[in-house]
Amino acid sequence: MPARTLFDKVWAAHEVVAETPDTPAVLYVDLHLVHEVTTPQAFSMLRSLGLRVRRPDRTLATMDHSTPTHTEQVFGSVPIKVDAAARQVRQLEQNAAEFGIELFGMRDARRGIVHIISPELGCTQPGMTIVCGDSHASTHGAFGALAFGIGTTEVGHVFATQALLQRKPKSFAVNIEGQLSPGVSAKDLILSIIGKIGVSGGTGHVLEYRGSTVRSLSMEERMTVCNMSIEAGARAGMIGPDEVTFDYLKGKPRVPQGKAWDVAVARWRTLVTDPGARFDASVDIDATTIEPMITYGTNPGMVLPIGSAIPDKKGDAVFDQAMHYMGFHGGESMLGKPVNVVFIGSCTNGRLEDLQAAAQILKGRKVAPGVHLLIVPGSQQIKQEAEAAGLGDIFKAAGADWRESGCSMCLGMNGDTVAAGQYSISTSNRNFEGRQGKGARTLLVSPLTAAASAVAGRISDPRELL
Amino acid sequence: MQPIKRIASKTVVIASSDIDTDQIIPARFLTTTTKEGLGKQLFADWRYHSDGSPKAEFVLNRPEARGAEILVAGRNFGCGSSREHAPWALLDYGFRAVVSTAIADIFCGNSLKNGLLPIVVDEQTSQWLLHHPGAQVDIDLESMRLKLPTGTSVAFPIEPFARHCLLNGLDELGYLRAKLNDIERFEAARV
Repeated sequence: MPARTLFDKVWAAHEVVAETPDTPAVLYVDLHLVHEVTTPQAFSMLRSLGLRVRRPDRTLATMDHSTPTHTEQVFGSVPIKVDAAARQVRQLEQNAAEFGIELFGMRDARRGIVHIISPELGCTQPGMTIVCGDSHASTHGAFGALAFGIGTTEVGHVFATQALLQRKPKSFAVNIEGQLSPGVSAKDLILSIIGKIGVSGGTGHVLEYRGSTVRSLSMEERMTVCNMSIEAGARAGMIGPDEVTFDYLKGKPRVPQGKAWDVAVARWRTLVTDPGARFDASVDIDATTIEPMITYGTNPGMVLPIGSAIPDKKGDAVFDQAMHYMGFHGGESMLGKPVNVVFIGSCTNGRLEDLQAAAQILKGRKVAPGVHLLIVPGSQQIKQEAEAAGLGDIFKAAGADWRESGCSMCLGMNGDTVAAGQYSISTSNRNFEGRQGKGARTLLVSPLTAAASAVAGRISDPRELL
Repeated sequence: MQPIKRIASKTVVIASSDIDTDQIIPARFLTTTTKEGLGKQLFADWRYHSDGSPKAEFVLNRPEARGAEILVAGRNFGCGSSREHAPWALLDYGFRAVVSTAIADIFCGNSLKNGLLPIVVDEQTSQWLLHHPGAQVDIDLESMRLKLPTGTSVAFPIEPFARHCLLNGLDELGYLRAKLNDIERFEAARV
C-alpha cells in the first residue's frame, strides 16, 4: 500500500461508497454533535418527511450558542432575557425528547460548549469522523479525528442516514518546528499560521499540523490550534494521536474501558501519516520566532506581533474598510491602545489551561477601572474544576465577571454583547464586523494577552507581567 | 426543489473580499427556528442604521438593485461560520447566484443544497463584473458557462452531482437514502 496521510486513512475507513467523477463519496459519520441554533430546521425536515433520527446513539446534543451565562438565568428563577433564544432552547428540549437524542440541557452538570464537552467526556476519539452544524467542529481534529462543520441541510442528512455526500478535500501539511517562547501560546501559534497562509489559504484542504512543536503541545493547546483551522478557510485540521492524546483520554467516561481500551489504543497508534506520504500543499513554520499576536482588522488574517505597528496599506479597499470600522490607522502601534471589554472564553480558549493562564496574570492584581472583564468557562465541568483550583476566587478578587458556561460573547446572540464602538480584547476566534455585537470592535488574542490587557486597561504584552 | 437551468439577470456588486457569514446575516438573527423571512436581515449591519432605517448609500437600498438576481462579490465570499441562514437569507431576498473568484467551502455546499448557484470565475471576468455593476449576465447551468453582455462567455466549474440535482430539481437526500443498504452493510462490517 502506498504511503498515506492521517487524513487519507481516516477518510478511507469511512467511505461507504467511493466517489466517482459523477457522484461524491458516501462518508459515514461516527459522531454527530448537535446544538440549538443550526438544528431546528433539520428536525422540521425530518418531521415533514416522517423520518426518525437513524442513529440517536451516535448523536449528542447540548445547548451553548443562545444560552445565557448569568447564573440566575441558568439556575435561578430569572427567565432567559432573549425571548427568541429561550424559544430555541425549549425547541431543542422538545426535539431531543421526540427523536430520542441524549441532551445535556440547561442545568445539566455536563453542559457546555459542544466542542468542549465532547472531548471532555471522551466522546471525541482518534480516527472518528465527527460533524456538527458549527464550523468550529474542526476542534476535534486535535485527536486525529476528521471533524468538520456542516450546514443545516446536511445536519438533516446525518440525522436521516448517519452519512454525508462528500468530495474528498486535498491535504495540506503545516510543518511547525521549534519551541514556543515563554508567554507565547497555542493561540499565538495559530494566529501566526493564519497570518501566513491567509483566511482562504486552506480552502478545499484538510490541514495536518505536524512537527516537533505540535508534539510538545498539550491536548488543550492542540484543540486551540485545530479550532481555528476554519479561520484559514480549511475544511478541517488534524493532529496525529500520540501518548499525549492517549493520556488525556484514558479514564474519560465514554472511552473504551479495560481490555477494550488497549485494543483501541493499538488501533489509534496506526493513525499517523506514513513516512513519505504526499501532501497537496505545505507550509513551514518556525515556532521559535513567534511572538504574542493580536489582530488589528476585521478578519483573523489581519494579525501581527503585539509589538508591531499596523502595516500601512492605504488604498487597499479591504484594509481601508477595516481601519475605518476599527478606528485605527496604518502605522499606529497596537501596544497601549485603550480597552473597554475583555472576554476570556469560547471554544477556542475556554478550557482549564486557558483559565489557568489568565489566573497567572490576574492573581493579586485588579482589572483596570472602567474595563469589563468577562470570564466564561467552556463547560460546567471546567467551571467546577476552576473553582476547586481557586481560580474562581482569583477572578472575582481581580474584579472579573465570572459566569456559567456557553459561547457567550464570542457571538452576540445570547445577551452577552459588546456595545457599538467599544474595543473588545477577546480570546475568541472571529473579529468580523459586528461579531460580538453591532459595531463592536474585536481584537483576537491569547488568554495571557487578554488578562494582561484587562489589568493595564490598554493593549499590553503579557510577557511584562509574567 | 424547482429545477434550475439558467439565470439571466442584472447584477448587484458588493466588491469587498472576504465577506463573512456574519456580514451576510449577523448571529443575533440566528435565534430563528425556521428558514423563512431572512431576506430582510440580509447584510443587516451594512444595510440599516441602528434605528432600523435603511442606509441610503448601501447598494441593496438603491433603486437599481431592485430585481437583481445575481450578486457579484470580491474574493473568498461566505467565509466564516457554517450557518445555512446565509444562503437562506440571500435566496429569500431574491438572489439566485453569487459570483466571485473564490467561495468558501461550507457556504458553497450550503448554497448548492438550496438552489443558490455559487459561481467561481477567473480574475479577469471577476474584475469586469466588479467594474460593471448592473450588467446583464446570463448563467447557463446546463453548459456551465457565464456570458457577459460583451458577448464574452466563460466556463465555470460546479460539482457534477450537485449540478445534476439542480438541473433536475432533485433533493440529495433522496440519493443518500437510496444508499441505506450500503450504509447498513458498512455498519455491520465494522462491528
